[in-house]
Amino acid sequence: MSFDTSSAFGQNGGTSNPLLRILMEFKIERVAELSRLNLKSEEKQKLEKDLGAILSYVEKLSALDTTGVEPTSHVLNMENVFRKDEAKTSDAAEKALVHAPRADGRFFKVPKIVHRD
Amino acid sequence: MTDLCSLTLKEAIDVAKKDGPQSILEAFQRRAAAVNPRLNAFLRFDPSQSSVVLPPERLPLAGVPVSIKDNICIDGREVTCASKILAKHVPPYDATVIEKLKTAGATLFGTCNMDEFAFGSSCETSAFGPCRNPWDLERVPGGSSGGSAASVAADMTLAALGSDTGGSIRQPAALCGVVGVKPTYGRVSRYGLIAFGSSFDQIGPITKTVEDAAILLNVISGHDPKDSTSSPEAAPDFTQSLNRDVKGLRIGLPKEYFIEGIDPEIEKSVRAAADIYRKLGAEIKTISLPHTEHSVSVYYIVAVAEASSNLGRFDGVEYGLRVPSKDLREMYFETRDQGFGQEAKRRILLGTFVLSAGYYEAYYLKGQKVRTLIRQDFEKAFKEVDVILSPTSPTAAFKIGEKVSDPVAMYLSDIFTIPANLAGIPAMSLPCGFTSGGLPIGMQLMARPFDEATMLRAAYAFEQETGIYKKKPLL
Repeated sequence: MSFDTSSAFGQNGGTSNPLLRILMEFKIERVAELSRLNLKSEEKQKLEKDLGAILSYVEKLSALDTTGVEPTSHVLNMENVFRKDEAKTSDAAEKALVHAPRADGRFFKVPKIVHRD
Repeated sequence: MTDLCSLTLKEAIDVAKKDGPQSILEAFQRRAAAVNPRLNAFLRFDPSQSSVVLPPERLPLAGVPVSIKDNICIDGREVTCASKILAKHVPPYDATVIEKLKTAGATLFGTCNMDEFAFGSSCETSAFGPCRNPWDLERVPGGSSGGSAASVAADMTLAALGSDTGGSIRQPAALCGVVGVKPTYGRVSRYGLIAFGSSFDQIGPITKTVEDAAILLNVISGHDPKDSTSSPEAAPDFTQSLNRDVKGLRIGLPKEYFIEGIDPEIEKSVRAAADIYRKLGAEIKTISLPHTEHSVSVYYIVAVAEASSNLGRFDGVEYGLRVPSKDLREMYFETRDQGFGQEAKRRILLGTFVLSAGYYEAYYLKGQKVRTLIRQDFEKAFKEVDVILSPTSPTAAFKIGEKVSDPVAMYLSDIFTIPANLAGIPAMSLPCGFTSGGLPIGMQLMARPFDEATMLRAAYAFEQETGIYKKKPLL
């Protein structure tokens, strides 16, 4: 996979001011929706400004040439760490339910998911 | 009789093995009750909850108190991560480090304040009020393990566990004038540590001396089948490496860590430490870690991405806060909005953004590639030197409120500690002096992966030569 700024910033890639470009792209409503956060309107402005400043700071990474560099997702040279697939007794499930906000028997209880029109 | 609270962990263990731990525990209970209202270093320290294994005198830690950062799970005891979203949560199991501490005969004493979910460098983002620095109550103790460092510095406990994702053990240790060790990634099990950045997080000790840190590292290190990122590498007896011999040890001073913006008093103090090492027979070399300036950017992309994913589990279904709502969707949104503080929201939003479709390659993947370059900087450097010496933090403790409104300025206070987390190498902070205003200064030592022994030896030699750790805050 190669790094290409035009794909990252879509049609707005031509704006020269990086902060302005990021703010045009960074739609707080959309990101809050993806984050499952019901932000209050008074929070939004400040968070949008902070995140614009942070994204503008990290923007300088794009100037660095990383052609042919492998990404690091993990620092240990370990892969495929498996344990034996053995059944063991455990009381974790019962204990976890004790402190659930609401539980019913063996289940976590939540409000209605789908409403009937 | 000397004040029991001023003992080191080593000294207290010797006392407890002879006379039992009871008088020590009582002394710390009195001290914590007297001092904590001013510091807010402990969120909870109910003595009735102190679980002591009896009779502890024959066990390695002999029943003496050790305090725990409030993001490490203890079976049957509330854990909050200093967040409203987890308040009243009681985990049904022990973290592996807790199991190990109990087996070694520690009394778990005091739950330490922290930045909410370990997001911060000042302990100001705690939902339960900021922790204060014992050297100056108007200043921050550093973060995120601010309560762990402040409680050790204030003699409220013998030693504490913290967690370090980008400097959260070392920076508060520096700002409070105590010793803090971030082990190699994989050295200590993360099982039962509430996750922030899973490819960075490590639990480690915060103590009064280097020897105390080695004692606790001996207890908590080692392979754990319950953590798939726990290394099978055998852990040595770290106390065996504590001798004062640094003759011929090659110590690197990275030129990128002595830059404009660092407090001149800090630079002077760390350079003086290098002179002491030279006097002790070590070889001091200037080295280069050319990608250092990018470490904060990489961290605030990759670590927030991991954080946003890890914090997805807090939605009001299985534990912690649930805001009553008409349907499931609204419950998720309202619980998370009311449960998380501002810094947690900033990081969740940022992490979600850098992982979202269309931005993944430009931010997350780019960040991971630059992480490789930073690792390679260290690999090259460790061909020339055995340990790296630097300041831990560019400044001493700053005023409460000073950096709250500027997240980038706050993030930059971690610039010297973040690279070790990106590379996964062991690193520690130990006291090396004081500013003219009387605030502690910390120096950082970094070493090759799984070579904590050499790092501890270098730290011990300096500590024993200078005796700086003996000075205590007046409270």
